[in-house]
Amino acid sequence: MLTIAFALVFFYAPNDADQGFIFKIFYVHVPMAIVALVGFVAGGVFGALHLRSREAKWDMRSYVTIHISVILAVGVLVTGSIWARASWGHWFVWDEPMLVSFLIVFLLYATYWPLRFSIEDKEKQSRYASVFAIVAGAFVPLNFAAVRMAESFTHPQTATTTTSAPASVTLTFLVALAGMTLLFVTLCKYEMASKHATFRLRALRRRLAGSDDELALTGRSAAPQL
Amino acid sequence: MPALPLDEAGKYVAAAYLVFVALLLIYVAIMASKLSRIEREVVELAELVESRQDAAEPQTRTKETVA
Repeated sequence: MLTIAFALVFFYAPNDADQGFIFKIFYVHVPMAIVALVGFVAGGVFGALHLRSREAKWDMRSYVTIHISVILAVGVLVTGSIWARASWGHWFVWDEPMLVSFLIVFLLYATYWPLRFSIEDKEKQSRYASVFAIVAGAFVPLNFAAVRMAESFTHPQTATTTTSAPASVTLTFLVALAGMTLLFVTLCKYEMASKHATFRLRALRRRLAGSDDELALTGRSAAPQL
Repeated sequence: MPALPLDEAGKYVAAAYLVFVALLLIYVAIMASKLSRIEREVVELAELVESRQDAAEPQTRTKETVA
């Protein structure tokens, strides 16, 4: 899907009248940003489900969703900086609400792992991490709405860009968004499978360990316990 | 600012897409190393189980002989 999207970007979508060829960055930067922000909100929803049901699987889903979203957020910040340098002549514009708010969201989520790692008790760790995921997840749409209400000076708004754009731009953007969403889901499943395998292995190791302390040692981890 | 010429803009567009690909490749490389660690641990545990089975078998054989 992403291959199709990138093919459309370079062979189908026209160059922007205002920005020219630089506008091609839009098709990787904006879908990544949307999927990352939706991922953060989904992490909060999974956190709420964990607090409600106390099932470890929801904590794991919340952890993995936030993990992949933070990776995408790194991509958003870097591609955004490249776009900003090409369009505005600066790597980062500190008085632009959209950029600063995204950086704040990223830095907020960057504290998720230190928070988890600082709590030794696994039960407490998953509970506090869920509360964090809910609060931070609720902050994302509020922050987004506040930024949209604020007067933006330089950063374009995605909704106005895609609705006023020609059909080829909208189609390419939607395919890129679908591709990015599928990539996100695939990476989440991949990460989840890896975590499941690790924990099953640890459990097996503990069962086999018996009195063998060397085998039983697992160490502290920020990852949720299944 | 006016639109950059293609040769100038191309560098930035290439850089942005390369960042995305690099992120993906780094993630896949990290996951591959994790997978190889899991595989190593599975082999280690399988060897442990086999060695324990081997150690347990002579004892059961001795018991059978005595009986």
